[in-house]
Amino acid sequence: MSTATGSTAAQNNADQSNAAPTTRTLVVERVFPHPPEKLWRALTESPLLAQWMMGNDFEPVPGRKFQFRTDPKPNWNGIVDGEVFVVEPLKRLSYSWGVGKSESSAGLQWVVLWTLTPVEGGTHLRMEQSGFGPDQTANYNGARYGWKIFFDGLERMLGAVA
Amino acid sequence: MVSFVMNANPNHIFRALADPTRRALFEELTRQGEQTVHALTRYAGVSQPAVSKHLTVLKRARLVRHRREGRETHYQAQPDALKPMVNWLDDYGAFWRERFDRLEDLLKRMEP
Repeated sequence: MSTATGSTAAQNNADQSNAAPTTRTLVVERVFPHPPEKLWRALTESPLLAQWMMGNDFEPVPGRKFQFRTDPKPNWNGIVDGEVFVVEPLKRLSYSWGVGKSESSAGLQWVVLWTLTPVEGGTHLRMEQSGFGPDQTANYNGARYGWKIFFDGLERMLGAVA
Repeated sequence: MVSFVMNANPNHIFRALADPTRRALFEELTRQGEQTVHALTRYAGVSQPAVSKHLTVLKRARLVRHRREGRETHYQAQPDALKPMVNWLDDYGAFWRERFDRLEDLLKRMEP
């Protein structure tokens, strides 16, 4: 069982009052027939992460910066820059997720939040990716209203050209 | 692996569209199709050099492209350039579902 839903930040991130109105949240969740302990290891131990996520120097320590690395793609250098935010063993893990960072650009930032909930016969795993991050919000604060209108119109427009 | 569509420099796009005049120019090109610099200058209500400068920024972000015809330069919107930013939900949705599949395989292989 696996589901993915996109919804507005207003619904899912009501506590992030400074989030840009253009923010969207992606949720992917699944029940695995394994105990939370095992999932936690797969989510936090670098060699295990490398087997399903990407090569990495991840450490589950708040404030620690890390990279996920995979083969470069045509429009992506294959690098994710992250910083660990929350480590609540067996329950919650969150970190930033940045792509496209370079000397001249902050790139795009998201926050990834993993939530583990024990259920009968296994663990419910929920991944929530919200964008854009605080850095970008700060950049656009002045033009926030304009962005909202712009993105609303843009989605309609892209729907028309798709 | 997902076709991880990310513009090489998304900041160019955001910077280009953070300016209200440029955003208006881009929207006008999207609505009306190809336009000359003259027509865009009339629409924007600012000087032609200012419009040309704005168009150069949009061009660098690959949001518009241009062609010369005689003395006139015609501009055309490239709305596809924006798709990656709007479609991140789709791109990442596929990305995470694939990662969940791989996680499932790993969990099966791991010691209990």
